[in-house]
Amino acid sequence: MRNALVAISLLIVFASLVYIAVNPGDFGGQTGEHLVFGEPKHTDMDDYFIHHGQNQSAANNIVTSIVFDYRGYDTLGEASVLFAAVLGAGLVLRALRRDKK
Amino acid sequence: MKMSKIVRTQANFLYPFILIFGFYIIAHGHLTPGGGFQGGAVIATGIALIAVAYKYNDIKKWLKKTRLTATEGIGLLAFIITAICGFGTSFFYNWLANSGLLFGDRVPYGINPGYLNTGGVLPIMNLAVGIEVLGGLGVIIVYMLSYVKEVK
Repeated sequence: MRNALVAISLLIVFASLVYIAVNPGDFGGQTGEHLVFGEPKHTDMDDYFIHHGQNQSAANNIVTSIVFDYRGYDTLGEASVLFAAVLGAGLVLRALRRDKK
Repeated sequence: MKMSKIVRTQANFLYPFILIFGFYIIAHGHLTPGGGFQGGAVIATGIALIAVAYKYNDIKKWLKKTRLTATEGIGLLAFIITAICGFGTSFFYNWLANSGLLFGDRVPYGINPGYLNTGGVLPIMNLAVGIEVLGGLGVIIVYMLSYVKEVK
């Protein structure tokens, strides 16, 4: 029973994914425009980064200049997530050690 | 559990190379693919290799948890302080770029061989994040290994 339910739900997900892949819907509410892989709709932002990144942040690696300079807040969040993960691991395993004693 | 002599010899041989490769990835984060997170993860694999090849109780002397957590805290603090130093313009402003100081050389537009003394605060932040990631992942590995049941 349970396996049949899992199989049916997986089939539904698979069928909807296939449906989306075969006929992609309208993107951004504009009818008649389909997103094609490799042809992004808006390229203003990446053109700006590609043409100004070397001048503004003085680094060859545009990805690094985005990650650490333009979108620095995002990296700060990632670093805090790692810090929180270490805190959580330490707390959980400390409780384990107290049980063992 | 202590591994066999072959594994320990190989770990001894590979450990410095893994460290050098990780620091190379961190130091060249603003020129080549990679950066702080990736390089720190590579160094953490070196720590994991040593911690697996030897018994944890044997290397507890020099692979201390407190030292690794301190490393992580120092990395995160350096990252935030470097960001705060740009407060004259905005948080996370690249205040060292094109200034002529440390890492302050200009980069010619277009294809160039890549100069190490460029990037402004990016190499400093890469180093800070690398230190933080190696401390964080290393201390997670050491935490998990220190509670593994020892097999006789």
